[in-house]
Amino acid sequence: MTELTSQKDAALAAISAADTLDALEEQRVGALGKKGWVSLALKTLGQMSPEERSEAAPAIQAIRAEVADAIAAKRQALEAAELEAQLASETLDLTLPAPDTAMGSVHPVSQVMDELAEIFADLGFAVATGPEIEDDWHNFTALNMDESHPARAMHDTFYFPDKAADGGSMLLRTHTSPVQIRSMKEQGAPIRLIAPGRVYRSDSDATHTPMFHQVEGLVIDKNIHLGHLKWTLETFFKAFFEREDITLRLRPSYFPFTEPSVEVDVGYSNEGNRRVVGGHGDEPGYDWMELGGSGMVNRRVLEFAGIDPDEYQGFAFGLGIDRIAMLKYGMNDLRAFFDGDPRWLAHYGFSPFDQPTLSAGVGARA
Amino acid sequence: MKFSVTWLKDHLETDATLSEITNALTAIGLEVEGVEDPAERLAGFKVAKVLTAEKHPDADKLQVLSVDTGEGDPLQVVCGAPNARAGMKGVLGLPGAVVPANGMQLRKSAIRGVESNGMMCSVRELELGDEHDGIIELPDDASVGHAFADYQGSSPIIDVAITPNRPDCMGVYGIARDLAAAGLGTLKPIAFPKFEASGACPVEVRTDYPEGCPAFHGRVIKGVKNAPSPEWLQQRLISAGQRPISLLVDLTNYLMLAFGRPAHAYDLAKLSGAVVARRAKAGEQVLALNEKTYTLDESMVVIADDAQVHDIAGIMGGEHSGVSDDTTDLLLEIAYFDPARIGVTGRKLGLASDARTRFERGVDPEFLDDGLDLLTGLIVELAGGEASESVRAGIAPSEPLVVALDTGLTSRLGGVDVPDDEQRRILESLGFAVDDNWTVTCPLRRNDIEGAADLVEEVVRIHGLDKVESVALPRMDGVARPTATLAQLLERKLRRAAAASGFDEAITWSFLPSDAAEHFAPEGEQLWVLDNPISEDMKAMRSSLIPGLLMAAQRNADHGASTTQLFELGRRYFRGENGMSDERPTLGLVLAGDKTQRGWAAGKAAQFDAFDAKAAAIQLLEAAGAPADRLMVMEPVAEGTGGQFHPGQSATLRLGPKKVLARFGMLHPATLKAFDMAGPVAAVEIFLDAIPSKKAGKGPVSFARPSFAPPALQSVTRDFAFLVPEALAAGDLLRAVQGADKANIVGARVFDLFTGGSVPEGQKSLAIEVTLQPGEKSFKDAELAEISDKIVAAAAKQGAELRG
Repeated sequence: MTELTSQKDAALAAISAADTLDALEEQRVGALGKKGWVSLALKTLGQMSPEERSEAAPAIQAIRAEVADAIAAKRQALEAAELEAQLASETLDLTLPAPDTAMGSVHPVSQVMDELAEIFADLGFAVATGPEIEDDWHNFTALNMDESHPARAMHDTFYFPDKAADGGSMLLRTHTSPVQIRSMKEQGAPIRLIAPGRVYRSDSDATHTPMFHQVEGLVIDKNIHLGHLKWTLETFFKAFFEREDITLRLRPSYFPFTEPSVEVDVGYSNEGNRRVVGGHGDEPGYDWMELGGSGMVNRRVLEFAGIDPDEYQGFAFGLGIDRIAMLKYGMNDLRAFFDGDPRWLAHYGFSPFDQPTLSAGVGARA
Repeated sequence: MKFSVTWLKDHLETDATLSEITNALTAIGLEVEGVEDPAERLAGFKVAKVLTAEKHPDADKLQVLSVDTGEGDPLQVVCGAPNARAGMKGVLGLPGAVVPANGMQLRKSAIRGVESNGMMCSVRELELGDEHDGIIELPDDASVGHAFADYQGSSPIIDVAITPNRPDCMGVYGIARDLAAAGLGTLKPIAFPKFEASGACPVEVRTDYPEGCPAFHGRVIKGVKNAPSPEWLQQRLISAGQRPISLLVDLTNYLMLAFGRPAHAYDLAKLSGAVVARRAKAGEQVLALNEKTYTLDESMVVIADDAQVHDIAGIMGGEHSGVSDDTTDLLLEIAYFDPARIGVTGRKLGLASDARTRFERGVDPEFLDDGLDLLTGLIVELAGGEASESVRAGIAPSEPLVVALDTGLTSRLGGVDVPDDEQRRILESLGFAVDDNWTVTCPLRRNDIEGAADLVEEVVRIHGLDKVESVALPRMDGVARPTATLAQLLERKLRRAAAASGFDEAITWSFLPSDAAEHFAPEGEQLWVLDNPISEDMKAMRSSLIPGLLMAAQRNADHGASTTQLFELGRRYFRGENGMSDERPTLGLVLAGDKTQRGWAAGKAAQFDAFDAKAAAIQLLEAAGAPADRLMVMEPVAEGTGGQFHPGQSATLRLGPKKVLARFGMLHPATLKAFDMAGPVAAVEIFLDAIPSKKAGKGPVSFARPSFAPPALQSVTRDFAFLVPEALAAGDLLRAVQGADKANIVGARVFDLFTGGSVPEGQKSLAIEVTLQPGEKSFKDAELAEISDKIVAAAAKQGAELRG
């Protein structure tokens, strides 16, 4: 037994001193391997008398356990040290740049069109579209602007040499109003729609581009009047600009396709060089800004569109999308909208995940 | 239209302040576009008296004046005007004042060594007229020391925008009438200067074309003396932005600006024979007062005598017979022309004038006689002469529109309750006659009134649109229903998918330079080309979205951008049925410049290739809901002759041979050259109208998907390496392999491709990983062997040989 104890002490010292897994394995084989001294000691138990065995066995087993535990503990320690050394050798300079992951952007006009669709959907308006290359009848005549109408001159129309089936000129639509006519002809009344899209006028300066975007609104039903028009625009602008202090001023005006016709002004103030919508335009520090034209749809237009003007009436309005986008999001140069300059788009464009929703607020915050 | 407050008060008795007037104008639909107060511009200019005038010691043409300004010591002023002399009164600009004509601020200075404390001003310097021969001479009774603006009686000038439906407000009097109706004061009766008319008009006046010129009234005045207009008349014309010319010209302009009534004065000496309104003859020419010659056609109306055309009716008079300083005898013309014909003529000739603006909108048919008498009276009063009786040819429209008004319509349409008696008062004050049964007779000048809705507008605008209260639109029960159409949903998804994949959305012009548009036009397509483009760069409607994006990429490259990844969702414009357009929704996408910049990990910059375009096309088509597994990569679409895409590095994605959903690839070098682009550019065009949409069925929407549970058993993969002819498309082999055992093969992909080395000339090696999915039971070795045999056999039909 004494011999075993001293063998054990020597083995434990050797295990403790082992500095590699190989050296440790050598100790394990020497002690616990088939021919190891612990294994050999265990084999001697078979030749012992029961009495001797009952005395010797626990002692040998205890030694075996002690040596095995020491080996396991040492193995764990050596493995941990080895992993640590490996990891230390794998260190990266993570201040180096990662590969680029490009995120694109949604154009402000598209974003605002989505906002319009979202807000007006809540008011029961569908989104309608129509051709941009129009015929004279839909763009003018059906909107109560016949050939000789002086208001036509105000439209700076782009014409094509081509003629429509009825002999009228083909042209680029000067407003989104022809969509009113097409939608009423197709769907009849009652109807609620907005029609956003590209429109064209041969006009180009600091604040006008020959192509721009408008949204038309149309409500035809029974008992619709100017008060509903005012409410609708107020409600829209409050939702669009997400502020309650929107004040509208209706001003008499003239459009051949509406009667009465009203111009819609909104109160604003200047903050720095920027116009901020909100407040009453007559208050000190505030003023009015024209936002769009509107009015009660002219009887003749309803007739042209096949709707009985004695049964139905309603309102229409038109707003500049680029303009309300600029007011909301702070762009100041309309022409940059159509440049396709990635620097501008990265700054004024929107994340694809800014899908407008009513619950989040339709606007994408700066 | 511009007019001074003084002028307005000629016609409107009112105590209203300027801001009350301007607020009321805007509120009733006469939008104030600006207010200018000449008193502000003339601040610092005073009435002053020249006490002494001495020659300047060092300059022959200058004088040194001593000027009394009404306060303090006289000021020394150096002046170069020949008419400056002791004892005269004039206008002195003091140091600090800004000269209106040139914006120069006056200051104390030395002129040729002599101190000068201000400037004696000319008419032109104060923008009161063109005269600049000397300094202003004021009458002796001008009171020294007064602000010149006060002395001059200058009053604020209001600029209003008159909508085209209100020709009756294209004169100050009409504006005064509207303001009076709105409660701003009382409309004054028109003051007609008295004159004696004697003898019949010696000139025969006729209208031979009553459709174009229903009425032509005239009168001869003999023995007038043309001269500069008096101060009050000049002031009014100047406030309207008109240059005073001479009495006779100014008075006709005054009639137009004050009463919206254009008139014309002919020099009688230049006329011969009867003066007739008639159709122009084709090719007939006239030299107009603007010194341009116009060639007329038979749709136009002219005033002519036996010898020649003297007037493009309703638009502009002729140079030959216009009045001059020497005119002594004249014929006045006051006519009524058909508004539509005037508009057409004006547009055809491209000729705008104040008269046309009024005639084409419709002048008051009831103001011919009064207008003629008023003009005659003013001429006789100011220029003398003897007037003949008037002569009248034809009849102006005289049948008034009568409208039955239901006063309840005002609230039903206008959304505001206006008491009946107020409605009556408003209409009557605007000149409408309202009887007890609410039958409304409209004044002839209000040719904009078509029916009851127009009367509602009159009532509401005068009553005040601010009194219209907001009323909520009736709302459907519950939560708002979805409104977007499938096409709209498709666009939204594509847009955000493209942006999420790293592309910036651009909006480019729908019109292109012709050559750019033609370069991308399909073979034989006749593009829509504008008749009147704003520039040659915006002329032809696009039939592809790529050129616009390419032009943007080119601009960006010029700015030094290393990469451009743009897309646009918009229309392409083609020919449709019945002469209409066929506008097809399209997504265009351009990848230009560097795909990745040079970097510490990857080394050199990488450029975009056709597979980047393919990846974008397929990803977006999947986002759009196209069946990606059924897409076939096929040959490019037929293009125009120039070559749009690289013929060997472009293709189409189709569902079936004729259904082209997208095209993609590298652009043709000829395209890059035409668009001045350096380096390879990849592009994609997705044709939204070709993407099959999920049918919107009747009845409730179903959201449930087909049932699915992941297979319990693991899939297995097997690799096959084939030797194939070099020309064989990998996609064909892949499709053959995939189709070899549709029950078990769930996937196949190419994982290796090489040529050369051990691969014989003219062949390539394609390695394919096939994924097999067992159903209820695992595959047995024999089954796997059988599947492998099928795969090898299917591949062999494509000319593929399994590599040993």
